Amino acid sequence: MSELTSLTIAEAREKLLAKEISAVELTESYLGAIEASNDQFNAYIRVTADQAREQAAKSDERLAKGAAGDLEGIPLGIKDLFATRDVHTQACSHILDGFKPRYESTVTSNLWDDGAVMLGKLNMDEFAMGSSNETSYYGPVVNPWRAEGSDQKLVPGGSSGGSAAAVSAHLCAGATATDTGGSIRQPAAFTGTVGVKPTYGRCSRWGTVAFASSLDQAGPIARDIRDAAILLKSMASVDPKDTTSVDLPVPDYASSIGKSVKGMKIGIPKEYRVDDMPEEIEKLWQQGIEWYRDAGAEIVDISLPHTKYALPAYYIVAPAEASSNLARYDGVRYGLRVTGDDITDMYEKTRSAGFGDEVKRRILIGTYVLSSGYYDAYYLRAQKIRTLIKQDFEKVFADGIDTILTPATPSSAFAIGDEEMAADPVKMYLNDIFTVTVNMAGLPGISVPAGLDGKGLPLGLQLIGKPFEEETLFQAGNVVEQAAGRFTPQKWW
Amino acid sequence: MSVDIETVKRVAKLSRIAVDDEKAERMKGELNAILGFVEQLNEVDVENVEPMTSVVMTDMKKRVDEVTDGDRAEDITVNAPASEDSFFMVPKVIE
Repeated sequence: MSELTSLTIAEAREKLLAKEISAVELTESYLGAIEASNDQFNAYIRVTADQAREQAAKSDERLAKGAAGDLEGIPLGIKDLFATRDVHTQACSHILDGFKPRYESTVTSNLWDDGAVMLGKLNMDEFAMGSSNETSYYGPVVNPWRAEGSDQKLVPGGSSGGSAAAVSAHLCAGATATDTGGSIRQPAAFTGTVGVKPTYGRCSRWGTVAFASSLDQAGPIARDIRDAAILLKSMASVDPKDTTSVDLPVPDYASSIGKSVKGMKIGIPKEYRVDDMPEEIEKLWQQGIEWYRDAGAEIVDISLPHTKYALPAYYIVAPAEASSNLARYDGVRYGLRVTGDDITDMYEKTRSAGFGDEVKRRILIGTYVLSSGYYDAYYLRAQKIRTLIKQDFEKVFADGIDTILTPATPSSAFAIGDEEMAADPVKMYLNDIFTVTVNMAGLPGISVPAGLDGKGLPLGLQLIGKPFEEETLFQAGNVVEQAAGRFTPQKWW
Repeated sequence: MSVDIETVKRVAKLSRIAVDDEKAERMKGELNAILGFVEQLNEVDVENVEPMTSVVMTDMKKRVDEVTDGDRAEDITVNAPASEDSFFMVPKVIE
């Protein structure tokens, strides 16, 4: 029974349609795997077993009637950032203590409409602020990957650390995630999984707890490119409830997998060759370039001159938007309340007790850069630089580049409790150096596992595409997957 | 630009987050590290550059001005720490 959890979504779907397996069996095998090993990973913070069984039974009914949806009977994990009706939804923050929404996010609604089964809510950095999943109120997530010959616990990346770990350890068939500065692609790279950050506006943000509204975008983490394509097709939609949801039909992403990349122009941006970049990352990048050359693509050296300013500009824009979005947590309408002498004292005590240190840091930075006298120097300047970053991309795409190849992260997974990162917030922020430009420009990006480093830990390559051309990413990403193969951690649990 | 302890406390007050002296002192260091990091943005010439307002150029969607939702007071107050008769309860705010 346990080997059912090793099936990809595409494989499970075939077996379900052929009646070789039932949705109930498939769900039970995942629930069994979660029960047996979630304690080791801390990937799920809430398991919804009863709901999963009910949904699976209904899936079997629909399968019997020949009325199966695109994801009929497929068990998924849901990041705690997505509102799920009557189920724990706290963005892994203490301030949303006890919050159970009476509504469902558009992204998860789309999944259930297509027949998917919810296994539970997945751990994440508090309010998606972090790159290691260590800021979660529910504690860190353990990466299923370990360095060769070591039993040191490693981070799965963040903020979608629970999603990436659960997919990698086969505790769900696929997972939802969100990406504001790299929160899908970095954990995917750290766990040997595929992560897609769609174009801003492709997935509705309605019912997703807001971090930085002009950057947030939902996407899937999956075991391979095809599964990621299948999930994205269901997650994406045109939603009247989100004014930034773009009015474009959702294509069948999986149909672009396997198309040749012959003649495709792949841009290699020189600015991504950063100081102190480990040799292994450089080697991996060169390897990727070779794979594309062999597949008949044209490799073109390009320049994206404002790359180095993306991360500092992000650390103005994102906290500014966060400080505004998180103003709603005041102990009045939902979540935690700590009583005080008067209402202001109640607000201050509630927010002090409810938010973790990283969230407080970002609220303070955001409030500072938006405060009177500093707005122009910080926020306005950062938004102008954002325009320049976007123009860099527009120029290379106008010159005929189809997609851009970069490393996904500057390193492989690091240890939980890494002292250097804990001591210096900026050091942690540098994890997103290759991914954050994509959010600043609103573009789609994919992280595909491409190899192992000297310690036996997975590394990823990133492809960046033109707006709403996710299909190109699946088409091109397939080249890396075909050449590098798939990556599954050695089972120690 | 760097912040002093008074500024940290002022910003914390604006943010409605209670901080004690020890916490404010630690935050001062962290905030200055971040502000030091973003300082490099001053190197960039932003003369005549429009600030970004939207990454995807689309017209703001408008809908017909009609009521599409409502009569859900119970749904809205159900998660409140304190509520009564579909009202949110807060400490007294006027004398």
